[in-house]
Amino acid sequence: MRETNRDIGRSLALLTMMERIRAFERQAELAATRDRLVLGAIHLSYGQEAVAAGVMHALRRDDLLLSTHRGHGHTLAKGADPAAMMKELLGRAGGCCGGKGGSMHIADFGVGMLGANGVVAANITIGAGAAHGIRLLGDDRIVVDIFGDGAINRGPFLEGLNWAAVFSLPVLFVCEDNEWSATTRTARMTAGAGAAARARAIGIEAETVDGADVEAVADLAAELVARVRRDRRPAFLHARTWRAGGHTYFDPAAYRDSAEAEARAREGDPIERQRARLAAAGIAAAELDAIRAGAMAEMEAALAAAAAAPFPPAAAAFSDVQDIGSPAGEAY
Amino acid sequence: MARMTYAEAARQAIAEAMRADPRVWCVGEDLGRGGVFGQYRGLAEEFGPERVSDAPISEAAIMGAAFGAAMVGTRPVVEMRFADFALCATDELVNQIAKARFMFGGQSRAPMVIRQPMGMWRSSAAQHSQSLEAWYAHIPGLVVAVPATPQDNYSMMRAAIAADDPVVYLEHKDLWAMEGEVDPAAPFAFGQARHRCQGDDITIVAWSKTANHAEEAAGILAAEGIGAHVIDLRSLWPWDRAAVLESVGRTGRLLVAHEAVQVAGFGAEVVAAVTERAFGALKAPPRRLGAPRTLIPYAPNLEERLRVTPRMIADAAREMLA
Repeated sequence: MRETNRDIGRSLALLTMMERIRAFERQAELAATRDRLVLGAIHLSYGQEAVAAGVMHALRRDDLLLSTHRGHGHTLAKGADPAAMMKELLGRAGGCCGGKGGSMHIADFGVGMLGANGVVAANITIGAGAAHGIRLLGDDRIVVDIFGDGAINRGPFLEGLNWAAVFSLPVLFVCEDNEWSATTRTARMTAGAGAAARARAIGIEAETVDGADVEAVADLAAELVARVRRDRRPAFLHARTWRAGGHTYFDPAAYRDSAEAEARAREGDPIERQRARLAAAGIAAAELDAIRAGAMAEMEAALAAAAAAPFPPAAAAFSDVQDIGSPAGEAY
Repeated sequence: MARMTYAEAARQAIAEAMRADPRVWCVGEDLGRGGVFGQYRGLAEEFGPERVSDAPISEAAIMGAAFGAAMVGTRPVVEMRFADFALCATDELVNQIAKARFMFGGQSRAPMVIRQPMGMWRSSAAQHSQSLEAWYAHIPGLVVAVPATPQDNYSMMRAAIAADDPVVYLEHKDLWAMEGEVDPAAPFAFGQARHRCQGDDITIVAWSKTANHAEEAAGILAAEGIGAHVIDLRSLWPWDRAAVLESVGRTGRLLVAHEAVQVAGFGAEVVAAVTERAFGALKAPPRRLGAPRTLIPYAPNLEERLRVTPRMIADAAREMLA
């Protein structure tokens, strides 16, 4: 009975995190479309929340994470403050990066989140290097390095995986495979048997999981994270998921078959699946609804706080560029 | 004081920094056997293969991984083998390393030295000879070092390793064997030029190997009674604009010489800055000497045609005084 309670506790925690991610992104989307407060591109992860929630659940707070342009969910699940994240999306003082990075460069080093990245695959070598640094420093942290299926066609995928393998580095590579490279079907542009096969060819153990099943993701991530931490060598998790929306919030995704897209989004919705699983386990609908309402209230408050926050001071345009030859002294 | 080569000076600077700080490490191709130019000789024996690390021929991974390791608190010295090969890691250097501190609102630093041996050497042709220092001077976030002497290759390497900023460290391949006295206690700060020789008739600004040519040209001119003030900038970002403006204020004449292609070279920035700020002091139009905008050839007679020589610098100075 106790074991079951613990399982239910994890299941509820995973659902709560997914609801928070979705609520955060719904508010971010409203801030962009309704309020015109988010001016740059944001990339939403509707339908992919189970990967963020399941993988991050396996990590310690001091473990490190590197993510992609579609990184809100990963960042939130690693423990970042949603109000600071929302301020960053709105380009406000008090944002995770002081309003200077925005959605695509969101980072919170305080929770081990070393940055989203606006360049596809660029974080793969950097994440391997963070693990290299951990090896040199001699502690037992690990790195999770997340990228999409489009990234496996860029050179840093090969270079970073090879690097991690030859130097035996504690990094878990996570390919969040939503089947789309921006607005092109990845399969049409990718030779061979895909992400996991490429990792195995480099000698890295790779496992594939249904990325819409948060319990399966969490189970596999826990196993791989423990293995990486123990063996101090890389592993690879290939999560098959589906991007429910467009590439950016303003992309209607007219290039894909809408019937297929809707069906895939409905069948693959990790939140509805987890709610159904918990309902079947005896959790009352009211409790599940309360989790959703709580997440929505939290993120509405985050958006309200962000909208009320001031823009960064003008001097911030010249700060944190460099110490030597800083433009803060004299803007050339 | 000790007499040593340009290559040895940097090697000693790195060894001393590694002894003093366990976070300092080196990574690049063939470092275990001393580096392709022997500029890491003996370091792997002293510090072991973890801290003097070989690497696959993966420039993007060398640069990107070193950056990741820097973000978690280590201080890498990154070897790119040839400045030309660093172009394979341009995203890592320009889009990631140079920008991370700013984009992340000051949460990260990239304390890295990115060594890029540059310049014409001997029949190394178009992919092993370039001088691309102006590209890096254009990128906010980077410090650009161009040492010309053993003393400066020692002092500047120590300063580069001590810096919390990413330093693009461009050593000239033709200077590896150059010998000179090195005082480990000599002061240095980025953005402070070295005054190679004093003179009141013309200001000659140069850096890297061409600064040595400029000093030689000043000797030729001195024999003719012309006083040239030769300024070796030593770093292009930051650069010692104050020293150049002060000198041109006295001489009224500015000649900038460099090995890189003249078009859009850093000499253009120097001339523009002086023209904007000291136009009234100029007694003659400023002049630049750089390579013609063509590619670096293999054949020695063709390669020679692209070089800026001491004689050319002296001739140009003489013409400006005529």
